[in-house]
Amino acid sequence: MYRYNDFDHDFVRTRVDQFRSQVERRLDGSLTEDEFKPLRLMNGLYLQLHAYMLRIAVPYGTLNGRQMRQFAYIADTWDKGYGHFTTRQNIQFNWPKLKDVPEILDALADVEMHAIQTSGNCIRNVTADHFAGAAADEVEDPRPTAELLRQWSTDHPEFQFLPRKFKIAVSGASEDRAVTRAHDIGLVLKRDDQGNPGYEVIVGGGLGRTPMVGKTIREFLPKADLLPYLEAILQVYNLNGRRDNKYKARIKITVHENGIDKIRAQVEEVFARNRDVFTGPPADLLADIEAAFEPPEFDNTRSATLEEALNSDAILRSFVDTNVAEHKNPAYGIVTVSLKPVGGTPGDATSDQMRVLADLAERYSHDELRVSHEQNIILPHVRRADIPAVHAALREAGLATANIGLVSDIIACPGMDYCALATARSIPVAQEISQRFDELKLEQDIGPLKIKISGCINACGHHHVGHIGILGLDRAGVENYQITLGGDGTETTAIGERVGPGFSAEAIVPAIETVVNTYLAERESPEETFLQAYRRLGAAPFKAALYPDQGVKSHAA
Amino acid sequence: MARAFKPAVITANDLLEGDVVYLTADCGWTGDIEEAFVAAEEEVARRMLATAESQHSRVVGAYLAEVSVGSDGRPSPVHFREAFRTRGPSNYFHGKQAEV
Ligand code: SF4
Repeated sequence: MYRYNDFDHDFVRTRVDQFRSQVERRLDGSLTEDEFKPLRLMNGLYLQLHAYMLRIAVPYGTLNGRQMRQFAYIADTWDKGYGHFTTRQNIQFNWPKLKDVPEILDALADVEMHAIQTSGNCIRNVTADHFAGAAADEVEDPRPTAELLRQWSTDHPEFQFLPRKFKIAVSGASEDRAVTRAHDIGLVLKRDDQGNPGYEVIVGGGLGRTPMVGKTIREFLPKADLLPYLEAILQVYNLNGRRDNKYKARIKITVHENGIDKIRAQVEEVFARNRDVFTGPPADLLADIEAAFEPPEFDNTRSATLEEALNSDAILRSFVDTNVAEHKNPAYGIVTVSLKPVGGTPGDATSDQMRVLADLAERYSHDELRVSHEQNIILPHVRRADIPAVHAALREAGLATANIGLVSDIIACPGMDYCALATARSIPVAQEISQRFDELKLEQDIGPLKIKISGCINACGHHHVGHIGILGLDRAGVENYQITLGGDGTETTAIGERVGPGFSAEAIVPAIETVVNTYLAERESPEETFLQAYRRLGAAPFKAALYPDQGVKSHAA
Repeated sequence: MARAFKPAVITANDLLEGDVVYLTADCGWTGDIEEAFVAAEEEVARRMLATAESQHSRVVGAYLAEVSVGSDGRPSPVHFREAFRTRGPSNYFHGKQAEV
């Protein structure tokens, strides 16, 4: 796995020391909150509803056993014994004390981690396909690119004060698991006709108040041109991006207001100038990084252990059906560990569970773990023959829920249980939905269905790209939930459509049940998924079922 | 038309711990909304808020939160967000609700 170089070590330690003295000066009154706030945010420390919250970057979602074990240690030593994995492939601790944070950052630096660039109008933690380096459908591992971008953007003077925050996602497979079309820049590794490596570059996607699907600005960009080209995009954005209005400052608005063709022309012009005078990291840096991401040495011995176990163990069989994905090496599987037990908080893991995951990674997954934006943990390289043992250990730890991609595998942001920006809660809605569908015993029958919940318009819960999206709002002092249908976060990205007026906290779960029942009644066969059925039927039957009193009007609405 | 002023408490987060606190009548801070000073008039509320804001090495982000006052004179929050702030999260028994 990739290791920080010496520069990174010094950089991170220096930042921790600086922050320690900043905290001291805040506590002795020599810094006001106005002066201190931007400093703490630069180090990932937020003040939330009930407490401080520390957001720690997990670069492109990749970590090893030692790092996961350190999270467990932090949870036990300075927090309440658990951590929350987020849709940005990060981890958050919900209860740190201000005076302890420098120590926590030191503990993170011990395992080469930090909380830098998890906040502010900079280039944020670069995200990547959580099956990177393992997926059977992968053209190329996206993480070297993500790491290159991390090194290039960390503390880059020109990009610390962008008009708004800036998010980049990288994917290298035919299936888009990194929601690349909903990021400021999305990169998809591909080959041209001659087999040369490069990228499709997508720009201007984003969720939030004004959701937009990213547009392709370059069908094929040769690999070596990546950084000068991205700098050109950022320079054009830095010039044209609107700083007058926070809600119009993201690049998606710049692209929307100017049109992709105009932006493309400007970018190409700047790029042509930049290319020859580019002073960023040399092109061979990427080759060095790629060498550090060499796949582990796989053990190719085939064995029938798994197949034999499957014959006699129905629980294991259902786990393998839902939670194990195809690995590029046929002797291996990719195991997704669900952090969505029935009635649980999506994305939460206790310190004990983190230690189990760390042990399993070290013993069975070449010491690799991934955090997915869907708030689950991946063991990317598990020998198929080891899956029964891994499953048994996960069961023991309460981590063997077989629900990946199903109705209870819900994304939910922290919402008003933690987040200071929230307009309503999201966690209890997720808990109730998973409990309700567990009672109904319909999960397997419903099949693939992604429910995503956000507690405010900022859309951290990706509700716009949920097959069923739920947005919590404050309507005249009461929690109210809007439903969107037909969203999709994959290579066929679509923004969900609002079905109609929102529902109260009591009515939202029954409303979701109504939507699902409508699908079950209307689908052509069990093979037709919710999303396929929605695309065929449109919103009308769902509206009619949700708002029966509105008769024909609901069809026209 | 000026909106009629509604009774309010002054609330903030504690600088060190981060938890929710309320200004008391003697310009100290309490974690219990029932012990909070209730400003019944706008002018008083403004003055107390300024006092709270001046204590910037003790609390962060002071603001007025509307309350209703019971027959026993004790305030309780009006908005659901403020109600959550008096308790803690709903998914775990953490925060204020866990303190006795
Ligand atoms: S969507 Fe809103 S409520 Fe949810 S985490 Fe983001 S900012 Fe907070």
